[in-house]
Amino acid sequence: MSTEKKRNKKKNRTIMRSVILLLLVAAIGYTIYNSVTADEVEVLKVGDAAPDFTLTDLDGETHKLSDYKGQGVFLNFWGTWCEPCIKEMPAMASQYEVYEDQGVQILAVNIAQSNFEVETFARQYGLNFPIVIDRDKSVMTAYNIRPLPTTMLVNPQGEIQRIVTGEMTEQDIAGFMEEIKPE
Amino acid sequence: MDKLICKCGHENPPGTVLCESCGRPLNEQEQNKQLADMRYEGTARRSQTYNKSIIDKIWNFFSSVKIGVGIIIVLLIAAALGTILPQKQYVPAATDADIEAYYTDIYGSVGTVYHALGFHDLYNSFWFIGLVGMLAISLIIASLDRFVPLYRSLKNQRVLRHSSFMRKQRILAEGPGDADTLKKAEEKLTDLKYKVSTDKNGLLAEKGRFSRWGPYVNHIGLIIFLFGVMLRMMPGFYVDETLWIREGETRAIPDAPGYVLESKGFTLETYTGEGEEEKFGEAIDRVGTVAKNYQTDVVLYKIPEGALPGDTADMEMVEEHAIRVNQPFKFDGYALYQMDFQQDELKTMSFALQNKETGESRGDLTIDLVNPETNYELEDGSLVELLGYYPDFSGFENGEPQTATPLPKNPGFLVKMTTPDTPDGETSFITIQNTVEPLGDNDYKLAFQGVETRDASGLTVRKDRTLPILGLGGLIFMIGVAQGMYFNHRRFWIQQQADGSILLAGHTNKNWFGLKKDLDQVTEHASLPAYRDQQEDMEAQEKREGEQLT
Repeated sequence: MSTEKKRNKKKNRTIMRSVILLLLVAAIGYTIYNSVTADEVEVLKVGDAAPDFTLTDLDGETHKLSDYKGQGVFLNFWGTWCEPCIKEMPAMASQYEVYEDQGVQILAVNIAQSNFEVETFARQYGLNFPIVIDRDKSVMTAYNIRPLPTTMLVNPQGEIQRIVTGEMTEQDIAGFMEEIKPE
Repeated sequence: MDKLICKCGHENPPGTVLCESCGRPLNEQEQNKQLADMRYEGTARRSQTYNKSIIDKIWNFFSSVKIGVGIIIVLLIAAALGTILPQKQYVPAATDADIEAYYTDIYGSVGTVYHALGFHDLYNSFWFIGLVGMLAISLIIASLDRFVPLYRSLKNQRVLRHSSFMRKQRILAEGPGDADTLKKAEEKLTDLKYKVSTDKNGLLAEKGRFSRWGPYVNHIGLIIFLFGVMLRMMPGFYVDETLWIREGETRAIPDAPGYVLESKGFTLETYTGEGEEEKFGEAIDRVGTVAKNYQTDVVLYKIPEGALPGDTADMEMVEEHAIRVNQPFKFDGYALYQMDFQQDELKTMSFALQNKETGESRGDLTIDLVNPETNYELEDGSLVELLGYYPDFSGFENGEPQTATPLPKNPGFLVKMTTPDTPDGETSFITIQNTVEPLGDNDYKLAFQGVETRDASGLTVRKDRTLPILGLGGLIFMIGVAQGMYFNHRRFWIQQQADGSILLAGHTNKNWFGLKKDLDQVTEHASLPAYRDQQEDMEAQEKREGEQLT
C-alpha cells in the first residue's frame, strides 16, 4: 500500500472518530445543561418574546400586553400575602409618576385573589397603576412564575429585557424603567 | 503500522491474530496455543491497532470493556448512594434554604454532609448524567470497534482453511474417508438447515450467523433507551407537575397550554361495613376506616385557538370527568392523576350581629372567604361593612394586619357595624376566637355562627412523549438478548485430503452440546471419522496430572 493511501486512511479515521466523539459529547453536554437549568425555572429567558395575554383590571378595563408595543412594560407579579411585594408597591407608584409620560407602563398582576382584597389593598396604598387579576393563574403559568414578587421587564419591542425575582428598591425600579424606556 | 500478510497471500489489518481468509495463526503466541481464541474470529479490535493522536487515545479508552464495566460499577454505587436519604423532591420543603435545613434537622450531621455533597439531587447532578453519558459512549464505541471487524471477517471467510486453524478448533476429527463422504456430509448438513458452500476439496457449513449480532442489537436498544431518557429533559417531551385545585376553583393546567380545569368537588368514600360490604366489617373494626374511593369531579375547558392566556370568556367545555385513583383523566397526551387531598378548608363563615348586653340578634350574615363582598345589609337597616380581610392572619406590622398566605386558614376581618342604635358605626377586628375593638368599647359584636368548608384535590399532571421511544428501545434490547441467547452460530469445516483422509473442525459460540448432536447425525450419515472435544481432553488431562501430583 502506498504511503499516500495510508495517510489518507489515517486522516479519514481521525475525522470519523472526531465526528462521532463530538456528536456524543454534544448530546451529553446538552442533556446536562438542560437538567442543570431545569430547576432554575426560567423556561422564559431574557431576549425571548414576552407571551401575550389579556387580563381585566379593577375598573373593568382590558389590558392586552401587545397593545403596549412601543412602550416599555413593567410587569409585576404579586399577592397581598407577600411581604416584599407590599414593600415595593409604593416605590413603584412613585416611579410610575416619573416614567408614565416617558412611555413606561406598569401592569401589576395579582395572583388569583378576590376583588375585595385587591381593591382594598390598592385603595390603602393609593396605587395609581392598573392592577389586573390572574384568576385562573393562566398568565402566571404562561410566564412560569414561581417566587413572588417576580418582575418581567418587557422592552418596547415586546421582548423580555430582564427578569427580577425578589424585592426591588426604588433605585432599582428607576434603573429598570430607564432600561425599557422607548428611545 | 503495516498490514499483516499471511502465507496464503491475504492482507490482514494490523493486530489480526488469525488470518481473516485461511485462519492461519499470525503470531507466535497464537501459534503455540493448543486452541484458537475465536471470540472475535481472531480479528484485531480496531482501537488496539492505532494509538497515536489524542482522539485515538480517547477512542481506545471508551473501547475497553474493562472501562465500560468500571463505569457501570461506579454508576451502581452512585445510584445506591442516592437512596440512602430521600431525594430533595420528596422532602417537605420548598426553598433551597429550607431543604438544606431539613436534612440537617432530620438526619443530623449525616444529613448535612449528604446535602453538602449534592446527594440530595443526585440523579440530576451533572456528574451522574455525565457518567450515564460516558456509559452510552462506551457502549457505542466498544460495539463499533468489535462489530465492524467481526462483520468483515465473517463476510470474508473462506471455505478452505489452513490445517493449523482447523487443528486448533475445539471439535476435531481426523481419519480415513470414502469417495462420497463430502457429498453425503453436505446432504445431511443441508438437511439440518446449514448453509453449505463448497470449494475444491472442502466444504463450509454454517448456521445461525445472525446470533453473533445479538450483543450489538442489544446495545442499539440500550442506546435508544438512553436517548429516550435524554429526551425527557427537553422541554415539551415530559411533564410531571402538581396542581392543587379547590372545589369551585378554575385553574390553568401547568405545562398544558390552553387547557383550564374546574373542580366540581372532591369525594372521599369509605366502606360502611354493612350490606354487601359486610365482608370488610372485620377490617373496619380493626383499623377504623377503610377508604373506598378518592375522586375529583372536574370539567376540562380549552381556550380557543389564538386566544390569549387570561382570556377565559370564550373557553369551550371539552369534557366532564371523574378522576379516581388509578383511573386518570387522559386528554391530548396528558393524564391527570388523583394523588392527594386536603379536607375541610374554610369556605364561608357565618356570624350574627348581636347586642353584647342583651344578646339580641339583629340578623345573620355569611362572608364568602374566597370572594368576600364589601357590604352586608341586614333586615332592620343594620349594616356590616367589611373594611379589611386577611385570609391567613399572621399578626400586625406597623399596625397593619398581615396575611401569611392567600388561603383562608385563619381569617381575620376588619368590620364596621352600623345599627339603628349605633348610627356612627363601631369598628371591630375579628379573628377566630378573638375580637379586638381598636376604637373603644362596642355595643355590638359579630357572634360566630358556623362555617362551610371545601376540599382541595392534589392532582398530578403528566405527559410522556418518550414512552414509545423507551418501548422501542426495550423491545430492540429484548430482540438482541433473544438473538444472542437462543440461537447459536455453528460452523463445520470439512476437507478431504488427496489421500482420501478427512479433516473436520467444528465451532460454535455457545451450546457445544447442540453442535455435537448435529455432528453425531452427520457422522452417522456420511461415515465420518470419530471426533473429539479437545477442550474436554485438555481438562481431563489436567485433572489426571493434578491427581498424580497429590
